Amino acid sequence: MRLNYPTNIKIIRVPCTGKVDVMHMLGAINKGADGVYCVGCLEGSCHYNEGNLRCKERVNHVQTILEEVGIERDRVRMYNLSSGEGPTFAEYAKEMTEHIKNLGPNPLKNK
Amino acid sequence: MIVAERKPFDEIKEMIKERKKVLNIGCGTCVAVCLAGGEKEVDVLTTEIEMARKMDENPIEIDKITIERQCDREYLEALDDMVKDYEALLSMACGAGIQFLAERYPEIPVYPAVNTTFIGINQNVGWYEERCRSCSSCVLGMTAGVCPVTMCAKGVFNGPCGGTNKGKCEISADQPCAWYQIYERLEKQGRLDEILEVVPAQDWENQKPRTVVQPGYEKVKEES
Repeated sequence: MRLNYPTNIKIIRVPCTGKVDVMHMLGAINKGADGVYCVGCLEGSCHYNEGNLRCKERVNHVQTILEEVGIERDRVRMYNLSSGEGPTFAEYAKEMTEHIKNLGPNPLKNK
Repeated sequence: MIVAERKPFDEIKEMIKERKKVLNIGCGTCVAVCLAGGEKEVDVLTTEIEMARKMDENPIEIDKITIERQCDREYLEALDDMVKDYEALLSMACGAGIQFLAERYPEIPVYPAVNTTFIGINQNVGWYEERCRSCSSCVLGMTAGVCPVTMCAKGVFNGPCGGTNKGKCEISADQPCAWYQIYERLEKQGRLDEILEVVPAQDWENQKPRTVVQPGYEKVKEES
């Protein structure tokens, strides 16, 4: 498809979003990442039954932690798509990049 | 197992706000199993504190370690050379572990990061329910395995009381009547007559700190 999406996104591949832990997301923000988003399969079609639902709960947990700390909770997000939806992947990448650009840099960066 | 809940973040943050160098100590036994104070929870809390203090422009140097058990001398010993480098200790163990830690290092302030909640069972991942109040006078044999001290809202030893109402307790329609459950199970087991047995009043002496020395280990206590 040779689709374009923003180059500032670093992809970390995991076997399933169920593998993504609270510490993976929190650690990234603590080390200065401006945002983190998880892209899982569509709800109801996880190959491991509920990996993406677990990820969603963990994203919610990280959002709560960010709020407690005083950082915008929306720097961490969960997206869902099916593996055949390349264009949607690129679209989400653009959407997240725009969203983070609007929020500005991670406030922890200069501290 | 002992079940605990992490304290609200603001409470933890407030407790250590004046401290600049803290060691966060997790416990790898009960609180790890109930997902409150094991290695993973220590990681999350340590990072959260670090981030919050950076945001408040009051940076903290916070390190972490999780030992197998904080209620055991053998494991606490591993901290002996380490703790002197810290201004304060934050413990994610149960109340017993926190006290044993504070007892071992009386010169260093120790702060609790969890609320020890109860002795309970694991209904599902992350879901725990209380089952025992460790009253030291177990009557489960005659109550068909339902604890009247824990499960009865009034802790009635000889029940049911007059407040039982269609299987629920008078205090709330959401509160099952433990004595109704005891009645049903005893009936199912064909030993309903046992409900008539009168259990002597609780030994309230058990309200003061208790000590247990298991048979065959008396010498250990005498020597110490």
